[in-house]
Amino acid sequence: MTNVISHWSRANQERAATMIASYPDRRSALMPLLYLATLEHEFVTEVAMVEVAELVGITPAQVQSVASFYTMFKREPVGDYLVSVCTSITCHLLGGDEVLASVEDATQTPRGSTSEDGRFSVERAECIGACGGAPALQVNYELIEGLTPDKASALVKWLADTTPAVVLADEMQQLFGGQRSFDWGPTDSEGATGAVPAFAPYGSSEAGR
Amino acid sequence: MTETILTTRMVAHPADSHTIDRYLATGGYDALRKAVTEMTPEDVAGEVKASNMRGRGGAGFPTGVKWGFLPDTYPRYLVVNCDESEPGTFNDRQLTERDPHQLLEGAIISSYALGVSQAFVYIRGEYPKGARRLQRAIDEATAAGFLGENILDSDFSLTVTIHLGGGAYICGEETALLNSLEGRRGEPRLKPPFPAIEGLYAKPTIVNNVESISNIPWITLNGGNAYASIGPERSAGTKMLSISGHINKPGNYEIVMGMTWRELIYEVGGGIPGDKGLKAWIPGGASAPWFIPSLHLDTLVTFDDVGQNGSMIGAGAVVVMDETTDVVAAAHSIVRFFAHESCGQCTPCREGTSWLQAVLERIMSGGGRLEDIDLLLDVSDNISPGLKWPPAMTTICPLGPSATAPVSSIIKYFRDEVEAMIGTTEVANV
Repeated sequence: MTNVISHWSRANQERAATMIASYPDRRSALMPLLYLATLEHEFVTEVAMVEVAELVGITPAQVQSVASFYTMFKREPVGDYLVSVCTSITCHLLGGDEVLASVEDATQTPRGSTSEDGRFSVERAECIGACGGAPALQVNYELIEGLTPDKASALVKWLADTTPAVVLADEMQQLFGGQRSFDWGPTDSEGATGAVPAFAPYGSSEAGR
Repeated sequence: MTETILTTRMVAHPADSHTIDRYLATGGYDALRKAVTEMTPEDVAGEVKASNMRGRGGAGFPTGVKWGFLPDTYPRYLVVNCDESEPGTFNDRQLTERDPHQLLEGAIISSYALGVSQAFVYIRGEYPKGARRLQRAIDEATAAGFLGENILDSDFSLTVTIHLGGGAYICGEETALLNSLEGRRGEPRLKPPFPAIEGLYAKPTIVNNVESISNIPWITLNGGNAYASIGPERSAGTKMLSISGHINKPGNYEIVMGMTWRELIYEVGGGIPGDKGLKAWIPGGASAPWFIPSLHLDTLVTFDDVGQNGSMIGAGAVVVMDETTDVVAAAHSIVRFFAHESCGQCTPCREGTSWLQAVLERIMSGGGRLEDIDLLLDVSDNISPGLKWPPAMTTICPLGPSATAPVSSIIKYFRDEVEAMIGTTEVANV
């Protein structure tokens, strides 16, 4: 059974086995495995869907049906930095649409697409739970709040110039952010290595420990 | 205003609020110790029932009553709903990121009370920090003997598994969440059967919100009666409200219900920036019908008072709009959200939300027709007959009816503005 992912990294093969074992029914591991497969294939490719189908014992079509339901499973190539700009009600009231336009402009990437050099993908996000620090955006799902069009543009330029391998929310917030939803709390040194939520064992900078 | 803190004590410990050391230093896990050493599972469930706590996720159903629906069969599951995605809401994010041990202790005590040996926490994919912090808390609690086999040397064993969502608002609906957790599309199920009877893997399952679960340690330690004695009788305890929009002090506030909206907006929230006028506010997240100052400023902030005035506290999101707000554009933002998040199962919602969005966009882009107002109401009525609140439904879940709330609100309260937007453009249209 595991032969189907024998070309995955040893660590990710072990993670896949752990995920499957952590549920009473192996199909429950489908979503975690799609995130893991994204790390292996850079996005949810047809091959990835066939592999995950084999792992959980359903058909590739069933996997595609699930993958296509959720916005975070990307079935096309994604840039190094996925910039998701919220324009839901509070962000809308406080300038989220202008922030989105600014990000599109600075990256030369219209929403819903990826820049030609593969550096940026830009998308309109629905509410990301940062209304107290609106307008807000996420880079590879790491949050930055209290933005303006200018600050968002500067953030994008900084990403292009410094090309961080790990995207850290605290660092981006400190450099380019403003008002936060709740302005207190511990610092965080973990971040994302790609367009997968930085939660070990998926996309975290510490996943490789 | 009296300050009563049940769930947000970590505000005082910003540097290390997420660690087990800080949690233990502030009385953490005392409630779990009390539960497993001094109380039977039935005792704990009895205290939760006595607390009269109404579920904090949106529906406001009493948690203890929900727990009482479980049939006497095993295995049973507990699923903590941290798919917080209602526009305007960010209180579960605070509780998960800043005080993960309180959430975890609540889940462990609840599992003990419910006879559960595997619990899941479904966290939306856009909250990776919360997932990281909670996983760390799980690891720390396991090492300390609060989780795993034979918790605190009792017969009670438990594993807690974090499941990350994939970016779908609808998974906050409890049966959609269960489908998602089973590795399926997040489509709500017909009820009945309710999850307590047939939930995860068709087994008895309790789905509770993060804030509800985060209150369980306090209730266990202090007793249900103590909780019930806080605040108005049918809005007992404290509630975290997320206040955002045109407001001087946006943020999360743990309040005792029963104050007026005037006090909440002008005292707790600090009023409107630039001393601008208040145009409207949403009392309970994007799904809720709007309130306006001429009618609702002296309405009380309780589940029942807001309900009797045709809206809801929901998940506790207050979105404030000042006098400069373009209400058509604001309603459009909300309608677009629901059109995007509709799972597509039910025709009135799938088609209706997209039509509402399209008609609003026609109005906003200068092509509006006067009959568009009736068209908006007609489409809304097909999704939710009579446009009442709580809504009548032609759909499996309340998502579709929620999309009609902003539409009927702006037509009810700001019809002249909608007509003006149409009128100014009508000449170009003919």
